[in-house]
Amino acid sequence: MANINLGKSWKEVAFKLAPLLSLVILSVYLTFASSNFLKIDNMMNILRQASTIALVALGMLIVIITAGIDLSVGSILALSIVTMGVALKAGVTNPLILVLVCVAVGIAFGVVNGLLLTKLNLPHPFISTIGTRNIGQGLALLITGAAPIIGFPKIIEAPGAGNVGGFPVSFLLVLVAYVLVHIMLNNTVLGRQIYSIGGNKEAAIVAGINVKRVLLFVYGFSGFMCSLAGIIYIGRVGAAIPLAGPTTDMDAIAAVIIGGASFSGGKGTVSGTMIGVLLIALIRNGLNLMSAASDLQYIVIGLVIIIAVFADVVRTKVEEKARRLAKA
Amino acid sequence: MEKLIEIRKIRKQFPGVLALDGVSMEVLPGQVHGLLGENGAGKSTLIKCLTGIHQPEEGQILVDGKEVRFENPKQAINLGISCIYQELNTIPELSVTDNIFLGQYLRTGAGFLDYNTMHTKAKEYLSQLGQEIDPKTPMRDLGIGQQQMVEIAKSLSRNARLIIMDEPSASLSRREIDELMKVVRYLADKKVGIIFISHKLEEVFEVCDMVTILRDGQHIISEDVKNMTNESLIANMVGRELKELIPKEVHPVGEEFLRVEGLTRYGVYRDISFSVRGGEVLGMAGLVGAGRSETIRGVFGIDDIDGGKVWVKGKEVSIKNPMDAIANGLAFVTEDRKGQGLVLNDSIANNLSLVSLERNFSKGGFIQKKKVRQRSKENVDALRIKIASLNDPVGQLSGGNQQKVVIGKWLNSDPDIFIFDEPTRGIDIGAKVEVYNVMNALTKQGKAVVMISSELPEILGMSDRVIVMREGKVMGELDRDSSNFNEETIMKAAWGGKI
Repeated sequence: MANINLGKSWKEVAFKLAPLLSLVILSVYLTFASSNFLKIDNMMNILRQASTIALVALGMLIVIITAGIDLSVGSILALSIVTMGVALKAGVTNPLILVLVCVAVGIAFGVVNGLLLTKLNLPHPFISTIGTRNIGQGLALLITGAAPIIGFPKIIEAPGAGNVGGFPVSFLLVLVAYVLVHIMLNNTVLGRQIYSIGGNKEAAIVAGINVKRVLLFVYGFSGFMCSLAGIIYIGRVGAAIPLAGPTTDMDAIAAVIIGGASFSGGKGTVSGTMIGVLLIALIRNGLNLMSAASDLQYIVIGLVIIIAVFADVVRTKVEEKARRLAKA
Repeated sequence: MEKLIEIRKIRKQFPGVLALDGVSMEVLPGQVHGLLGENGAGKSTLIKCLTGIHQPEEGQILVDGKEVRFENPKQAINLGISCIYQELNTIPELSVTDNIFLGQYLRTGAGFLDYNTMHTKAKEYLSQLGQEIDPKTPMRDLGIGQQQMVEIAKSLSRNARLIIMDEPSASLSRREIDELMKVVRYLADKKVGIIFISHKLEEVFEVCDMVTILRDGQHIISEDVKNMTNESLIANMVGRELKELIPKEVHPVGEEFLRVEGLTRYGVYRDISFSVRGGEVLGMAGLVGAGRSETIRGVFGIDDIDGGKVWVKGKEVSIKNPMDAIANGLAFVTEDRKGQGLVLNDSIANNLSLVSLERNFSKGGFIQKKKVRQRSKENVDALRIKIASLNDPVGQLSGGNQQKVVIGKWLNSDPDIFIFDEPTRGIDIGAKVEVYNVMNALTKQGKAVVMISSELPEILGMSDRVIVMREGKVMGELDRDSSNFNEETIMKAAWGGKI
C-alpha cells in the first residue's frame, strides 16, 4: 500500500512523506529551541509517554481501515484496568490472572462494539461507540466508587515503568505489536480482507468474504489493544484511575489520520500510524519543554490535525491528477 | 418553426469507450421527440450533455439558434432545460411544495420563506397537470406516479421549455402511464419540447411525433414516427455488426449443473425456474428492471429469498450468503463493476486474488505473495488485460480492462457455474469479443454459463438457450435450434407477449 514509486511525480512522493518530514523538521527545531530536547532522558521519556496512545492507535488503525471508528477506546482502557483493580482489591494477587481479567474485559468490550455493528446492524459505529463509551465510563466509575486503585504487583507495573538498558519496556512492546500488526495487514488473508472491506464492502460481500466475522475481529482487537495500553498506563501512573481515558480516543484517531489513513476506509499503514503517534508525542513534549501552557498545547495539536487532514485532501487530488496526466 | 434545441455532431469520450460519436438531433417547440436505442447506445450520455452534467469534447449545442456551452447543470436549468430522471430526485421527508421550490424558494419582503404563495403556486402547477394533491403532503406519502408529477410541476415552476423524460413509465402502473401520456400531450400543446426516452415501443407510437435512434454512440436515424413500424424501429436499434463478430462456439452439453425452482422474492420476482447444464450458455433476456439481476442475487445469497429451491449438480443446496454460493462452485460477475465488483483503490493483483485468497493463495492464514503475483501475471496474459504494473490501483484501468479483472478474479476461484450480469456493458467491441471468448473457453471445459444481457445480438449470438423475463416473471424459453430463435420473439416476450 505504501509503495513509493519514484517514477511518479515528485509532488506525490513529497506528500506521502509529508508526515515523516514534519517529524524530522520538528525534531531539528526542538533540538535548537530547547537544550533539554536531545538528551537521552528526554528521548526515552517521549517514547514512554507515546506508548499508551501507540497501542490504542494501532487498534484504531485497523478499525478505521474498515471505514469504521471506535470512540469507546478510552472507556475500554479505563474499564479494563479498574476491573483488574477491583479483582486485586477482592484478593486476587496472581498477576497472570489479573492480566487475563484486564485483557478479557478489553476484548469483551470490543466484541460488544462489533456485535452492535454486525448483529444489531446499527448504522455506523460512530453512534454506537459513543453509546458504549458512556456506558463503559459509567461502569468504571460505578465499580470503583470513582476512586483510583493502587498497589498492583510490581510485575504488572513493569511493562509501563521498567527499562531495559535505559530503553522503556513499554516502547519495546509497542514495536513488537507494530511489527506483528504490520505483518498481519500485509501478509495474511485477514489483513487483505480488512483492506477490502474498507475499500468496497459490497464487493467484499459478493466475493464471499465473511465481512461480519472480520468486523467482529477488528473491534475485538481494538478492545484488546486498549487493555494492553491500560496495563502500560498503570505502570506509568502507578494506579488504575477510572477517568484514565478521556482524550485517548481523539489522540489515537488523530495519529491514525495524520499517518495517512482515511475515514472513507481502505487505506492506512502501520508505519504511518507510528509517525502520527510520534508527531503528537513530540509536539506535546516540545511544548512542555518550552513551558507552554496546556491551552497552547490544545491549540497546536488541533492545528496539526487540521493541517494533516488538509494535506491528505491535497495529496488525493495530486494523485488523481497524476493519474489523469499519465493517461493523456 | 424555430428550433428549440439543436445538437450538432457531438462527441464524448470516456476512458476506454467512445460514448457519443458525432450525434445530432433537434427538437422543435411542442414536439415530443422519442429517443431510442439499446442499453449502452449513448442515450444517457446525450442527456447528460444536454443538462450540463457532461461536457462534450466536440460538436455544438444550440438553444434558440445560439450556441451554448454548459459548464454545470445550473446553466442548463436557467435556459429552461430540465430532466425527469428515472431515479426521481425527490426528498421524501419534505413537502410537495418544498420539493417543487427547492433551490428557488420564494421569500416575503422581510426575507422569510413565503409558504402561502408557494403552496398556492404549487397547487396551481399540479392542477395544470390534472393532479389534485395537497401541496403540504410529505413527498414520501405519494405514489411513484404522483411523485413524478411533482417533478414535472417543478420543471414548470422553473419555466422549462425542454423537458427530458428518461424512461418515465418504467415503474408506473397502467393507469399512471395513461395519465402521464395525457400530461405529455398537454405540455406539448403548451409548446414545451419533450425528449421522451422509452423501451416500450407502443408508447413511442402513442405519444411521439419524431424518433431519433442511437446505436453504439452513433446517430442512426431521425424520422417522423408516422413513417416507422415496430419492425423498422427494432431493426434500427439492433446492430448487425456485433452479431457477425460474435465468435460463438457450440460445445457438447453435459449434466445439469444448476437448477432453480420457484424462486420468489415478493414484489421483486415470483416463481422463477430455470436450469443450466455443463457446456451450455443460458441467456437471460429482458428489459432493464425485469428482475433478472435480482433473481441471480437471490440465487447467489446476496439478498434473502421468500421461497424456492436451488440444486447444484443434482443436490439440493441451501445458499444463505455469497460464501455458500462460492463454496458450491458459483461465480457472479456483477453488473456494477465499481459498486460490487472491484476494490477500486486496491491494486490489480489484490483484486485478482480477492475471491480465492483464503482457498488458493494462502497457507496458514499467510498470503503466498509469489503465487498471487504469478497467477496475476497469468491472468493478465490470458485475458490480455492492458496494465502498466500489477501494483496499480484497478480504478485506473479502462472499463474493458476492469471487467477483465473482475472475470479473472472469479476464474481464479475455479467455479463450475459462471454467472455474468451484463458482461459487456460500457466496454468497446474489441473487449466484448474477448469476453465472449472467455465464455467459449468455459463451456469448452464443460462449465455452465448463465448470461444476463439486455443486448439482443449478444443474447442471440452467445446463448444456447434463452429465457425471457418480464416484470419479475419468466415469460418463456427458447432453444438455439428452434425456428423462432430470433429478435422478434424475444422482444415480443420482453414486452409482454407469450412465446
